[in-house]
Amino acid sequence: MSTTVLLALIAVIVLIGALGAVLGFAASRLSSDVGPVVEQVNAILPQTQCGQCGYPGCLPYARAIVDEEVAFNQCPPGGETVIGELAELLGRDPLPLNPENGEVKPAMVAWIIEEDCIGCTKCIQDCPVDAIVGTAKMMHTVIAQECTGCELCLPPCPVDCIVMIPVNAQRQALTTVDILNVRLPA
Amino acid sequence: MSIDAPQDIGQRFWRFHGGLSLRHWKQMSLQHGLEQAPLPAQLIVPIDQQIGTPAELTVSVGDTVLGGQALTRRTEAHHVNVHAPSSGRITAIEDRPVIHPRLDCQRCVVIDTDGEDHQTTLPAWDHWPEYNHEALRERLAEAGLAGLGGALFPTHLKLDRSTEQPTRLLIINGAECEPYIAADESLMRWRPEQVLLGAQILSRILDAEQCVIAIEDQMGEVENHLRQTLKALQIDNLAIIKVPTIYPEGGERQLIRVLTGDEVPAGGLPQDLGVVVQNVGTAAASYQAVVDGQPLISRVVSVTGRGVNHPVNLEARIGTPVWFLIEQAGGYTEQAARLVMGGPLMGISLPDDDRPVTKASNCLLTMIDTDIQPVAEEMPCIRCGKCSEVCPAALLPQQLLAQIRGNQLEEARALHLDACIECGCCDYVCPSQIPLTQTYRQAKHDLALSDLAQQQADRARDRHEFKEQRLAEQKARRRQRLESRREQPDNSKSDDIKAAIARAREKRQAAADQNCDATESQD
Repeated sequence: MSTTVLLALIAVIVLIGALGAVLGFAASRLSSDVGPVVEQVNAILPQTQCGQCGYPGCLPYARAIVDEEVAFNQCPPGGETVIGELAELLGRDPLPLNPENGEVKPAMVAWIIEEDCIGCTKCIQDCPVDAIVGTAKMMHTVIAQECTGCELCLPPCPVDCIVMIPVNAQRQALTTVDILNVRLPA
Repeated sequence: MSIDAPQDIGQRFWRFHGGLSLRHWKQMSLQHGLEQAPLPAQLIVPIDQQIGTPAELTVSVGDTVLGGQALTRRTEAHHVNVHAPSSGRITAIEDRPVIHPRLDCQRCVVIDTDGEDHQTTLPAWDHWPEYNHEALRERLAEAGLAGLGGALFPTHLKLDRSTEQPTRLLIINGAECEPYIAADESLMRWRPEQVLLGAQILSRILDAEQCVIAIEDQMGEVENHLRQTLKALQIDNLAIIKVPTIYPEGGERQLIRVLTGDEVPAGGLPQDLGVVVQNVGTAAASYQAVVDGQPLISRVVSVTGRGVNHPVNLEARIGTPVWFLIEQAGGYTEQAARLVMGGPLMGISLPDDDRPVTKASNCLLTMIDTDIQPVAEEMPCIRCGKCSEVCPAALLPQQLLAQIRGNQLEEARALHLDACIECGCCDYVCPSQIPLTQTYRQAKHDLALSDLAQQQADRARDRHEFKEQRLAEQKARRRQRLESRREQPDNSKSDDIKAAIARAREKRQAAADQNCDATESQD
C-alpha cells in the first residue's frame, strides 16, 4: 500500500472523527426538546388548550400524535380543517372527527355573570391562557379577546356564574382594513 | 421608466395593462345640472364610514344635535369624525340596513330632523395659507374627510409630510371612468372654484412639487370650465391633463401608471413613489372644511339610469334614504328592474331602497331589463384567456378561480389575489358568465378571516406557554425555599421558646418512659 493511500485514509478518518465530534456536540447542546414534526403539528392545532383531545394542551397532543401515533382526529375545535391539514402533513388518510372527544361548535367566549361571582379565583387558576382577571373576594372578568373558548373555567366555578356566549360579532366581521389589506401609514 | 422633470407630466401617456372601452352614459344625469336635495324627515348615519376602526361615539339617544355637530370623538390617529348632517333629535342608535359590500346591517345614529336645519361650523379659515400643514391636516380629520371616490381612505393619512419620500406629484383624480357616474364631473362643471382651491390646499399641505388635475378626454365641457376658473382665480401652478378614456383609469394605481409610467408596488402605497392621488370630491370638501369650516355632511350623488324619470345629480345630506333621492329624481319608471349603488361594473346591488347614502355613495343607478345582461347559467371556464387580457392589475383570473374553487387559498395568495382591485373587467368579458369578482372578493374575506384565526392561535399559544413557564418557576421557587429551610438549622425562634420546646419534649419522654415502666411492672 502506497503512502498516498495511507495518507488519504488517515485524512478521511480524521475528518470523520472531527465532523462526528461537531455533530455530537451540536446534537447535545443545540437540540430543542420539541422536534420539528411536533412543531409543525402544533402549528396546525388551534391552540385553544381545551384538553378535549385527552391531553393537557395542544403541544402535549402534538407530541402524542408524533411519538405515540395517537389518532389525529381528536380535536373538536379544529374540526375537519385541522384533521385535513394533519392528514396531509403526516401522509395519512383523513378520518372523521372522533365523536367521543366532542363535536364542532361555533366559536364561543366565556362570560362571567358578575352579580353572581364570589371571587374564589378558581377559574383564574384553570384558565390556560391567563384570560381571566380578578383576585380573591373581588369580582372576576374575562378578557374576551384573549379567551379561546376552551370551557376549562366552567367546571371549577362553585356558583356556576360562567356562561359561554357566541364570539362578539365585531370580532368575526372584520374591519375594512383587514379585508382590503390596506396598510395604514402610522 | 420614470419621469425626470415635473413638466413632463401630460406630455406623454403610458398604457396600463388591460382595461375596457365603455360607453360613457354620463350625459343622462348631467343635462339637468347639480341640484340641492331637500332635507328628509329622518337621517340614518352609519358610524363606520372610513377605512379602519371608526371613531368613538359620543352622543346618546334623546340628544338634540345641530347640523355639522360631531357625533364622534377621535381617539386614534387614523380616525375621522362623523357629523350630524342636520339639526334634530337622536331617536335611536341601532343596527340598520346599510349599503355595504358584505354586511347587511351596521350601527347607525338615527336623527329625526326638525326641519330648521340649524348648523354649527368649525371656525372659518379664510386666510388658510397662514395655518401650518399640521393644523390643516387636523382640520380635515376633524371635519370628517375620507376619500370620496368611494374607498373612504382617511384623507389626512394621505397628506402626511413626514413620509420618507417627499411628494413630487399630487394628482386630483377627475377621471371618473365608470359609466353613468357623474358626481365628480358635475362638481368640476358647476363648482370648479371649490375643486381648484381645494386642490391648492391639499397641495400646500403636502408641499407637493407639482399638482395636476386629471380628467378624461371626453370631458370637453369640464376642461373649459376649469380653465376659465383657473384664469379667474389666477392660479398658475395647477395643470389640467386630459387622459385617454379607458376603464378603470380612475383607479389610483392605473392613473399613476398612465401619468408617470411608474407602477405602485404590490402591497405598497402611492406615497412610496412620492405620488398622492385625491379625488375631486375630496378636494372640494377640503375647501369647504378649511375655508368655510364646514364639516363633511353632504356629498354629490348621481341618481341616474333608465329606471328613473328625471336623472339628476343631487347634493344630498349623508344619511338620506335612497328612496328619498329616487323620489327627487322623479321616481322609478315602470321598467325599473335593478337598483345599484355605484356604477354598473363595481356597484353594489341593493335589495331594497330603505338604506342611507354614505360618504362613499357616488351614484344610485337604476337599470331596466335591457341594460342587464340576461342572467345565464354559469358555464365551465373554457380558458379563453380574455379575463387576463383585460385585467388592469395584470393578474391571472382563471388561475385564481381554479385555486379558489379548489380551496387552495394560499396558492391564490401567491398569485397576488390581494392586488385585485375588484373592477369587474373580467366579469364583463367572460363568455361563460362566471362570477369572478364576487369569487375573489369572498376569497379575500376568507383569507383575512383565516389570518385572524392564525394570529389568535399564535397569541393563545404564547400566552399558554408563558403561563406554564410561570407556574414552573413558581414551583421551583417553592421547592427551593422548602429545601433551604430543611438544610439550615432553624434560627428564627428565640431561645426561650427553644428551651420551652426542649422541656416539653423531655417531659413527654419521661411520661412515655414511666408508662413503659408501668406496663412492664404489670407484667
